[in-house]
Amino acid sequence: MNGTVPARQLLDGCAAITESAIAAGCRFFAGYPMSPFTGLLENMSRRLPQVGGHCLNAESEIEAVNMALGAAAAGVRAATGSCGQGLALMQETIAELALNELPLVIVNMARNQQDYFQATRGGGWGDYRTITLAPKDVPEAVEHAQLLFHLADRYRAPVLLYGDPLIAQTHVSVDVAARDFGQLPAKDWALDGTSGGTGHSRQIWTWAMGKVSAPGPGPDRHWRAVAAKFEQIARDEARSETHQIDGAETVVVAFGSAGLFVEHVVDELRADGHRVGLFRPVTLWPFPGADLAVATRNASRVLVFELNAGQMLDDVRQFAHDRGVVRFIGGVSIHASGLSFGPLLDAAPIRSRILEATA
Amino acid sequence: MTEAPRLVARDRPELILGDHGLCPGCGEPVALRILLEVLEELDIVRRSIGVVGHGCYGSFVQIMDVEVLQCLHGRAPSCATGIKRVRPGTVVFTMQGDGDMVNEGLQEVLHTAARGENVTCILLNNGVFGDTGGHQTATTVVGQRTKTSLDGRNPETHGYPIPVADLAASLAGVCYVARGAVSTAGGVARTKRMLRCAFEHQLAGHGFGLVEILTMCPTGWFVPAGSGPDYLTSSLEAAYPLGELPLRGHA
Amino acid sequence: MSRGIVTIDTERCKGCDLCIQACPPKVLEMSAEVNEMGYRFPILHDGCTGCTACQLVCPDYVFAVYRFDSP
Repeated sequence: MNGTVPARQLLDGCAAITESAIAAGCRFFAGYPMSPFTGLLENMSRRLPQVGGHCLNAESEIEAVNMALGAAAAGVRAATGSCGQGLALMQETIAELALNELPLVIVNMARNQQDYFQATRGGGWGDYRTITLAPKDVPEAVEHAQLLFHLADRYRAPVLLYGDPLIAQTHVSVDVAARDFGQLPAKDWALDGTSGGTGHSRQIWTWAMGKVSAPGPGPDRHWRAVAAKFEQIARDEARSETHQIDGAETVVVAFGSAGLFVEHVVDELRADGHRVGLFRPVTLWPFPGADLAVATRNASRVLVFELNAGQMLDDVRQFAHDRGVVRFIGGVSIHASGLSFGPLLDAAPIRSRILEATA
Repeated sequence: MTEAPRLVARDRPELILGDHGLCPGCGEPVALRILLEVLEELDIVRRSIGVVGHGCYGSFVQIMDVEVLQCLHGRAPSCATGIKRVRPGTVVFTMQGDGDMVNEGLQEVLHTAARGENVTCILLNNGVFGDTGGHQTATTVVGQRTKTSLDGRNPETHGYPIPVADLAASLAGVCYVARGAVSTAGGVARTKRMLRCAFEHQLAGHGFGLVEILTMCPTGWFVPAGSGPDYLTSSLEAAYPLGELPLRGHA
Repeated sequence: MSRGIVTIDTERCKGCDLCIQACPPKVLEMSAEVNEMGYRFPILHDGCTGCTACQLVCPDYVFAVYRFDSP
């Protein structure tokens, strides 16, 4: 207010996530331009050298994520990203990161909500999962960006931020100061050359066989351990929010920007006397199934609103208290350019679909 | 009175922790040995990080006493880029076969070279995918028989091999490109000097270096172990002439 | 009269014959017996010069090479 440099700035989502990542200590970024992710690459390109970091405009998405993997293997907080189409190229490397137990923050600044399966099921190989946070707006994206660097380091895994065009391009007043999520152990596994020649030189290998002088667990034990780690994460890291859920006969389930719109529509409908509430998964994986079961305990309708042909729908059907009352009220809706949401992401059509389903 | 003789060459460096289990007559363990000898002689072992791809040489990660990131097929130059950018004081090298570098990873190595990343890429070129059982790669020479070119590589159906070292030598950002062979004693000694030269360039911060090492693969070539060197000389050397390549990318 | 001598780790050898071909004075000859792995291995005759050619080409690190400063 008086004379202090504000941590609060008016930034679009790409700039805000950039500042938040830098506040969290991110010092390496590599990416390939693709809308609406490009703003993140541009901001990182400008800002990282200013704080002693490195940003590379890689020649392909595969190269970008592998450069970031190298930086992560060397112990530096690193990030990459794209939109879903570019993330499709990174799938093998995401699996590699998971099985190598390397931390990396990956941003899907998506064009729509059609990458839910890609994010939560993954397109790589082997038994791995990807912690995925889906912010509803820019302020939440700022929180999630920093939380993801913490989770990535804590669990030694690649983690995903699911953004979208509205988050990328909307200017919001945000506080990008560093958040403290607690102490983490030192990265004594990170490569720096110093253990060379000791008989115990560090090795990062998905098969984890170690050296003949210091054998590792090998693929069987290692991959079991990694799978068990993700089971633990599933128990501990699910996050969700509810809005006007008390006494709701109809529970609408939505994530990301869709959740923001549904929140607004729920307020409108409540004002008109409808007993409707919102359940918003914040983590897409681990999907907050236990929370959803509780939130839908007394619902006579569970309506899934997502901008795709029905992806989160599968998870809602699996965990809702009564699978029989789950209905899909979303759909594919694409802007004429192909690059953003179509007309379905709007208060009026959402309102009419909810009312139609509760008639 | 008998005099004790003086050791002039150890059997293997201490940095090699055990036996490699590769085929009789394979050239890759020779390349490994001279690489590790160079790291020892330059006293850079405690600063070195190797990025190893996928191939028979992949098993070296278990016996080499150097920090190693084992990475995806073809991606080593990109991983090396990330490591070197954030830890510029380390010495970063890749170890990749021809299938890894010239098939899967051709764009990676050329982009890394063009960017002038201060790393050393090492290509173990035997013109075949040995690890999968002997299949054609982008460096298989015309006439060479593999399981996917049983009558010999035919340009009409299989096209021509790619001399990646020549491509790299045409790019600005590259400071050293050389091609050696481990098929003869002289070749091994010369190749070791090439490796040393490449690492000296990296230590001086001159940019990207590539050392291609032609290695014998008698199993993949369908020849007896003892015939590997002759086959290498008569088949691969013609397509991949030895020596330091002139750099054409600089003004 | 030999200017050099080598030690040969016969159990490590895989019988590839490359040392036989590489040795300039031709003082290496493959054995008649086989080692534990079933491979024949090199035997050293007189006349070694300690040139290290065998050590340079050997894929299995069989040879350590020594020289006599006075033959």
